[in-house]
Amino acid sequence: MRDEDWRPTCSVETLLARSQTLASIRAFFSAHGVLEVDTPVLSHTTVTDPSIESLSLLDAGERRYLQTSPEYQMKRLLAAGAPSMVRIGPVFRAEESGRLHNPEFTMVEWYRLGFDLPQLMDEVAALVDLVLGKQHCRTVTYHHLLHEGAGIDAFQSSTVDLVAALARLGVELSPGAAGDRRALLDLLVTHVIDALGAGRVFITDYPADQAALARLVQDSEGRSVAARFELIIDGVEVANGYDELVDPDVMERRMSTDLEMRRDAGRDEPAHDSRLLAAMRYGLPRCSGVALGFDRLMMRKLGAARIEEVMPFGIARA
Amino acid sequence: MAFYSTSEFKPGMKVLLDGAPCSIVENEFVKPGKGQAFNRVRLRNLQNGRMWERTFKSGESLEGADVMDMDMQYLYTDGEFWHFMKTDGSFEQLAAGADVLGDSKDWLKEEDSYIVTLWNDVPIAVTPPNFIILEVVETDPGIKGDTATGGTKPAKVSTGAVVKVPLFISVGDVLKIDTRTGTYVSRAQ
Repeated sequence: MRDEDWRPTCSVETLLARSQTLASIRAFFSAHGVLEVDTPVLSHTTVTDPSIESLSLLDAGERRYLQTSPEYQMKRLLAAGAPSMVRIGPVFRAEESGRLHNPEFTMVEWYRLGFDLPQLMDEVAALVDLVLGKQHCRTVTYHHLLHEGAGIDAFQSSTVDLVAALARLGVELSPGAAGDRRALLDLLVTHVIDALGAGRVFITDYPADQAALARLVQDSEGRSVAARFELIIDGVEVANGYDELVDPDVMERRMSTDLEMRRDAGRDEPAHDSRLLAAMRYGLPRCSGVALGFDRLMMRKLGAARIEEVMPFGIARA
Repeated sequence: MAFYSTSEFKPGMKVLLDGAPCSIVENEFVKPGKGQAFNRVRLRNLQNGRMWERTFKSGESLEGADVMDMDMQYLYTDGEFWHFMKTDGSFEQLAAGADVLGDSKDWLKEEDSYIVTLWNDVPIAVTPPNFIILEVVETDPGIKGDTATGGTKPAKVSTGAVVKVPLFISVGDVLKIDTRTGTYVSRAQ
């Protein structure tokens, strides 16, 4: 251990800024009539998402998971009759450490009954204006983003096209990274987003296989797309929102597809969350929801280069 | 050698990439919230000093390279090879060719100490100290007292390298030179 390892990774001024910003976010939701709820961090099940790894532990010999998002529990609260709600608190993602990633971080996640996606995007933009100052936020579709930024058709391109598009952007791939179409598209998006530079951008209309828990709709070209958005601020992903899937049968099929992908990738296969499915069968009202990375928002606010600079203790000193 | 996974990559770690020994300079974790994880890695090829950038899928691994830096004293050149001796008391000698020396050839002074980088016990690079003291062997006559005009002229030093120096420098002056940039720092006396 180095002598300075006991020290926090952020300054005392940053602690104050975090506290003030959290207070203003809570006031924002209170003024909008959104109820703040607490959801458990420790739970019996976890997400099946093929690209999110959960941390787990044993309690009296029983497997428990640290939640990667409060989504399932908040949807159970909505099914039970709770109103529009927000949860502000820690979430956990295994194997995610880096300049923009810490395995534990603070998520602001909220659900709006009866909101469609444009209404929720307006509310997200208003919250960001409150924290970072007013600025125009433009909206582009996923298809348009990749067409403009990399000259490819996100819905039609082959792995060969994607490798070539990455090469044009100066990206050299290891052989192990060059194979899988979905992965190449994910990587290409990170480079195209990097190149967006300063400014606020909503990306919408994701390909159907990136719907996660969003409903599928048809875009103006008749393509099946996910009713999903991401907010990018100065080239950094800050929020991800859905017009929420409420159909339990579709949900169960997506979970099974996720688990097949996890099996193929040699990942753990957590059980379906039967309580979420039961709540959806009982009836999840139409709603839109969004998860916003509070720490990344603070990075933008304070001009921090690394996520631990806005946290009391980044993982290296936690 | 051991294999290292992307999550273990750290600046300074020596690995083999495309059969070449490299030093990791930077390892950036990249992951969309709902997408797959990658590591964008910058590496320095230790054989030629070139920077490489390579994107790995997180979880991929590279074999470690048996690379070590050793302090060695420069002895002499026979025209084809440059000979160095270990300073650990073993008096063991190693020879390095022109391709291994690269630009360091300009800064070789007998009995000075250099960092010789060995890969599988074979020299692949020679790094001079950041600052070296060398005597001027050839330059236009010095202009006495001219320390203010800021003009420069070329001067050849004892290793054969040519350095831009202030106008007041004369043959026989001993200079402190920054070997990383090849620039004059000051007079050494």
